Amino acid sequence: MPILSVKKLTKSFGGLMAVSNVNMEINKGELVGLIGPNGAGKTTVFNLLTGIYEPSSGTVTFDSNGVKKDIQGLKPHAISKIGLARTFQNIRLFKDLTVIDNVRIAMHQNVKYGLISSFLHLPSYSREEALLTEKSLELLKILKLGHKKDELAKNLPYGEQRHLEIARALATKPALLLLDEPAAGMNPAETSQLTELISWIRKEFDLTILLIEHDMSLVMKICERIYVLDYGTVIAEGTPEEIKNNKRVIEAYLGEDLNNAGD
Amino acid sequence: MKKTAKSNLAIKLVSLVSTFAIIQLLIYLDIINDYLQATLATICINIILAVSLNLITGFTGQFSLGHAGFMSIGAYTCALITLRNPTIPGFILGVLSGAVAAALVGAIVGLPTLRLRGDYLAIATLGMSEIIRIVFLNLDEITNGAAGLQDIPQFTNWMWLFIYTTGTVLIISNFIKSSHGRACISIREDEIAAEAMGISSTKYKVTAFTIGAFFAGIAGALYASTFNFIDPKIFGFSKSIDVLVIVVLGGLGSISGSIIAAVLLGIITTYLQAFANIQMILYSVLLIIIMIFRPQGLMGSKEISLSVFSKLGDSLKSKKGRV
Repeated sequence: MPILSVKKLTKSFGGLMAVSNVNMEINKGELVGLIGPNGAGKTTVFNLLTGIYEPSSGTVTFDSNGVKKDIQGLKPHAISKIGLARTFQNIRLFKDLTVIDNVRIAMHQNVKYGLISSFLHLPSYSREEALLTEKSLELLKILKLGHKKDELAKNLPYGEQRHLEIARALATKPALLLLDEPAAGMNPAETSQLTELISWIRKEFDLTILLIEHDMSLVMKICERIYVLDYGTVIAEGTPEEIKNNKRVIEAYLGEDLNNAGD
Repeated sequence: MKKTAKSNLAIKLVSLVSTFAIIQLLIYLDIINDYLQATLATICINIILAVSLNLITGFTGQFSLGHAGFMSIGAYTCALITLRNPTIPGFILGVLSGAVAAALVGAIVGLPTLRLRGDYLAIATLGMSEIIRIVFLNLDEITNGAAGLQDIPQFTNWMWLFIYTTGTVLIISNFIKSSHGRACISIREDEIAAEAMGISSTKYKVTAFTIGAFFAGIAGALYASTFNFIDPKIFGFSKSIDVLVIVVLGGLGSISGSIIAAVLLGIITTYLQAFANIQMILYSVLLIIIMIFRPQGLMGSKEISLSVFSKLGDSLKSKKGRV
């Protein structure tokens, strides 16, 4: 059962086709990779899925608990509420806020007390804030950030900032998590820890994950299926084994064979 | 934990009541004379204006130059009501209607203009404020045009100023500490990330703008009732700038900073009256000096809280211990 189906997704910036006719289907519980050379349009696809860009044409259908809904053209906050969360390639934490506030903000969509209660700090405020803090702390502990809860986000080391991005995305209670280069800038030891973490949160939170990554050790190890994007179009799709041996993929990454190019 | 929360509350209450009582006593003893009472009123009104603008500009990150417009709506509404009904209930009704009217205009204006960012938003809000001023100028029948409204009944005294000022500060700082307040701050920090985390940026920008306009309306109403005369000139562009100066000077994103800056500037202006002809030059030089040495404002984005005092106490104790 597909949780996300993308049909003929296209985005052009002026005359440039950043993404054209992308078809994708992700089943519930799958862990799918999206790879491709630099500038292939991977992040643009993420931005289209999460509503930061509006598609020029095509549809994105999201299945939340059996209800299918077209989400193309919705505002990002509406898409987040449906159950689609993401992290950013160039970390976009709330830098000058504390670690726990970063997570509490992401949990705001489930807060029920109203403005009046926030003005006067009525009992519903204290009750829900305590619950919110407790849940945020739980999440931080899972990602080994519990002891840093009062630290400013900008003061965390790089690897922990990446972890906080994941914690913040999980706080929105997603069904589908989009990770944009989670291992960027990490050393091999950190990457292998991250690989374990991703598999673990997937089980723990019952998630479907789509991830963009350049680190092939990570992609080949944990992805069940891979889509390869080049110049905005999907050039291959399959299991890691199939992708490794796919001629078009090798060409996209390494360039065409010189002999062929001469013809 | 609960015990410290309770004792903190007690300390806050005691300090509020004693502030009120001391100043009331000074007024009674005529140490704070009529002239200084006018300064006191200006300071309170400026605190309300600065704290409410800080919510919009400092916490939500929306650069607004329209605060004088909202203030004028509160002032005219309250003046017109108390002129027809010069009683205490009439005054209370006047202040509240002024605030609600300003909030309504804030919401209506906010919806289309808050799509703009940075300097574009500043220009749009400036335009809005000028439109409001021109409307008041030309509604001769109701507002008496350029001549303004005279003999507005004077109800504002230290008690009312104190109630409205502390009320504003408490409500806005409570809001900042709530989940809704954090949603506003997240928009300032990174609007795209905030949206991706499920925060509707339009909703919270308009909310902050409306709350800010509401309290600017209260400030305007208090102004009308303190100085018993208003005309459209008072609420021009320069009034919005005055408020912005207080906010920036105190520190964007610091409520205690706004309060300190409003008090400080109020006192400085009063004492500079002695050098009437170079008053504005001294004032400007002072602002430039402060901005050079504290570009983040007096308080930055920090707040003064009781924990600061207890930390101070601890460090003093440890120093004594070492000696």
